[in-house]
Amino acid sequence: MNDEKIKEKIAEKVKNMPKSGIRKFFDLVIGMENVISLGVGEPDFVTPWNIREAIVYSLEKGYTMYTSNKGLEELREEISRSIERDYGVYYNPEDEIIVTVGVSEALDLATRAIINPNEKVIVIDPSYVAYKPCVELAHGKALVYSTNIENGFKVDVDELERIVDENTKAMIINYPNNPTGVTYTKKELEEIADFAVEHDLIIISDEVYDKLTYDSKHVPIASLNGIRDRVIYLNGFSKAYAMTGLRIGYACANKHIAEAMLKIHQYTMLCAPITSQFAAIEALKNGKNAVKEMKEEYRRRRNYVYRRLREIGFEVVKPEGAFYVYPRIGINGEKFAEELLKKKRVAVVPGNAFGSSYRDFIRISFASSIKELKEAFDRIEEFINEIKIEKTI
Amino acid sequence: MENKDVEILRMLEEDAKLSISEIAKALELEEEEVKRKIREFEEKGIILKYKAVIDWEKVGLERVCALIDVKVAPERDKGYDSVANRIAGFPEVKALYLVSGAYDLSVLVEGRDMKEVASFVAEKLAPLERVQSTTTHFILKRYKENGIKFFGEEDKRRRLAISP
Repeated sequence: MNDEKIKEKIAEKVKNMPKSGIRKFFDLVIGMENVISLGVGEPDFVTPWNIREAIVYSLEKGYTMYTSNKGLEELREEISRSIERDYGVYYNPEDEIIVTVGVSEALDLATRAIINPNEKVIVIDPSYVAYKPCVELAHGKALVYSTNIENGFKVDVDELERIVDENTKAMIINYPNNPTGVTYTKKELEEIADFAVEHDLIIISDEVYDKLTYDSKHVPIASLNGIRDRVIYLNGFSKAYAMTGLRIGYACANKHIAEAMLKIHQYTMLCAPITSQFAAIEALKNGKNAVKEMKEEYRRRRNYVYRRLREIGFEVVKPEGAFYVYPRIGINGEKFAEELLKKKRVAVVPGNAFGSSYRDFIRISFASSIKELKEAFDRIEEFINEIKIEKTI
Repeated sequence: MENKDVEILRMLEEDAKLSISEIAKALELEEEEVKRKIREFEEKGIILKYKAVIDWEKVGLERVCALIDVKVAPERDKGYDSVANRIAGFPEVKALYLVSGAYDLSVLVEGRDMKEVASFVAEKLAPLERVQSTTTHFILKRYKENGIKFFGEEDKRRRLAISP
């Protein structure tokens, strides 16, 4: 078979799916030296030692077998306890919690479990890169609603009213948000919850950055009155515990939804890696102090980066969580990112990777030390001054 | 002490080379305020000194350290303080602690070689009045000091430069 013929074999849906904007940029960075990257979606901290040590111990013990599809009972119990303790929401470890291969898998399970062909799911832009593709791979249609920087990237429920229709099944929300760092207050969540009730929507809530909330207390949408059973709550260990490569997360939902998700999980994944499950148990039991320390450090970096951006004069919303900031730079973000990388060896992600209406935005990750951030911002400032001079000439 | 004061100290303890401007931005303070606070810390003796942590082994300059357990007969009214003060005065003594257990003082002594450390113990430390006995443990290998590990470095280079 020649290339063209092989290409014909690819499923239409996948063929037509655009390559992630992030991947395109990744190819550019590869092979370049002395790059300071602010394009990273994971912590720069190494997994806390007690967690790594627990992994080594589990391997010494020979724990390399399958676990139950749902995940180790002890882990599900710890997850249940921690959500109840932190947020006052109870999920039964027996039939309402599934341990997954990161939040990524949980998102895939959630969309596939509830979407019938051509049903619509509201996705709020700028959004994490996987939401739209997951909805589409589940044969649904993404109904994109774009927030804007003037409103602080917050959802305006009146505008949601304008786009929702009979065929809308669910909405995906994500807070603290990747790429904006914006989070929601209880009152804002109540408005979203009322909207979901009124239109009988399922809410898929990706709250993986919950523990990295800097100025307020995180409120899970599932904790609001009367909403729990229509929420699929997704969380994981990657960000707060610096465990990205261990690929471990979980989904909590009403038992009927959980059971549907479990069906897909058991045939596609069977179970999350047992080694990572043991790491997660240790994280929940003894990880609090490490999370607190990392969070304090992220908060200082957030403050630092926010001030540097303000000094440069970019339009920017102060992130309240996660480790990203999403400034509007006033010129084409893709071009800016490419030139900045070539001329100054600083990598950022073009804003349109997170939504097509954000052409003049970039995403900056502050999962780097203040020293590195300082160097990166000094270079960005130099770069901007050079552009300004070029313009006046 | 205010939270921000503690945070300034923590940041400097971690990296004394951070500039006033970096600290001010990270803690949402004005530079003048940070400058004033640090001056106060220095004047009050809260910040005692800014030092570099050096791995002398890599420099190739051999230094020998020993931990010495010292039994002391405490002095009426003064306890261990006055003898501790006399021991602490020697530049060879890098650290000195009063400890619970089988002996009283734990002394970290540093010298150019074993002979120098041994003669310090024999000539200066052991003959001190009220010092009843000493036990010297030479340090054979340093694994971790001041919270810094000297081996088994973590490799962070594998983190992808761009990820979602």
